[in-house]
Amino acid sequence: MTGGSIFWAVIQRELQIAFQRLGDLVSPLMFYVLVTALFPLALSPKREVLQNLAPAVLWIAALLALLLSMNALFRTDVEDGSMEQLVIGPHSLPLIMLAKTVAHWLVSGLPLVLLAPLLAVTYYLPAEGVRALCLTLLIGTPTLSLLGSIGAALTAGIRQSGALLALLVMPLMLPVLMYGARGTDLAAQGETISGPLYLLGAFMVLSLTLVPLASAAAIRVSLD
Amino acid sequence: MWTWFHKLASPPHFYRMAGLLRPWFFWPAVILTVIGTYGGLVLAPPDYQMGDGFRIIYVHVPSAYLSTTIYGLMAVAAAVGLIWRIKLAHAVAASAAPIGASFTALALGTGMLWGKPMWGAYWAWDPRLTSELILLFIYFGYMSLRASFEDVNKADRASAVLAIVGVINLPIIHYSVIWWSSLHQGPSIKKLDAPSITGDMLWPLLIMILAFTLFFAAILLYRVKAEVLDREQNSRWVRDLVSGEV
Repeated sequence: MTGGSIFWAVIQRELQIAFQRLGDLVSPLMFYVLVTALFPLALSPKREVLQNLAPAVLWIAALLALLLSMNALFRTDVEDGSMEQLVIGPHSLPLIMLAKTVAHWLVSGLPLVLLAPLLAVTYYLPAEGVRALCLTLLIGTPTLSLLGSIGAALTAGIRQSGALLALLVMPLMLPVLMYGARGTDLAAQGETISGPLYLLGAFMVLSLTLVPLASAAAIRVSLD
Repeated sequence: MWTWFHKLASPPHFYRMAGLLRPWFFWPAVILTVIGTYGGLVLAPPDYQMGDGFRIIYVHVPSAYLSTTIYGLMAVAAAVGLIWRIKLAHAVAASAAPIGASFTALALGTGMLWGKPMWGAYWAWDPRLTSELILLFIYFGYMSLRASFEDVNKADRASAVLAIVGVINLPIIHYSVIWWSSLHQGPSIKKLDAPSITGDMLWPLLIMILAFTLFFAAILLYRVKAEVLDREQNSRWVRDLVSGEV
């Protein structure tokens, strides 16, 4: 198999597995809806309060939902031995790790991006803000998935690693969160957001090129 | 040259060298700290804006400087250990992390003490304070990742990957925080325009930076010695050493 075909083969396999376990697929979405529903209940359902809060809440909840789904990203593969087969195989491990992360984003990140505008409307976010929220999430969540994959690969051999994973990757995710939420907020106030968008794009390109190398090195450590 | 390098990387040799070198770092650090403290607290004139409050920089600036320098050193040591499989380099990285975290906490603490009279609040989401706080959490993440592996070899390599990822990310986080706060509209707490520092204020600061660095080197050697003993506890030279001394 060439490099390209192993990439698609891994994505296909991951998607097949994901659709066999619909529960795992839906739970981050439920979490996203629930967390965003907590704020109006705990704070105030007033329009102006929610409007101010919307960019931060929708971004933070998306980050947490994604983090929650990252926990078991490589664990089952490490436990059932299929990861070991991929590592000793002839294919480039960084490419395989990238494929796995892309597949994970397709099943957990993309649905969050699609769900976000619905939730944004319940927060009375103006149309400009909703558009910016979708855009920033679309560019930002792949970076979050990639950064999370390093942490997931490092902790793949550790049980009860949820809190550790959060501690490892949350500081790294901060820039994405800051520009994502801030960009949404700026757009809601009617300002241009090309600056935050360019930065988010730069983060994504940088992590697309470097992160697979790091997570490949990390998964090798977890395997032996 | 390479034989010297290999000799240095061998644990028993390093253990002896570290023991010999440590006083040469420790005592100059003590003497320079005394000189720097006297210069900073007594000889330097009070600042025309901040009064005597500015004197906390004699602790704050050296700790803030060391907090990032130690992270850099730790990442380089981790990379050397990962690439050339030198166990001693891993031991250095592992020993440097808690010291770096302590200096980061000290820089944060002194920054907060300074902020109370100057800004009127212990904490402000000032870009530098924020990125220092994140650095502290990165140190904590590194240390907890190490602690969660039972096998030292695995802990070494996993934490080395994390340290290298962190060193690429730290500048990104630092500049993100700075640019992010420039996106804020409206008034926020403005840092007092620092007047360019005069000679009588500057020389104690430079001496304190040197003193803190030497102190760090002494503590690092001490900790690496302990780490090496712990890692080599089943080897012959450690048994000889212990039975010779007891």
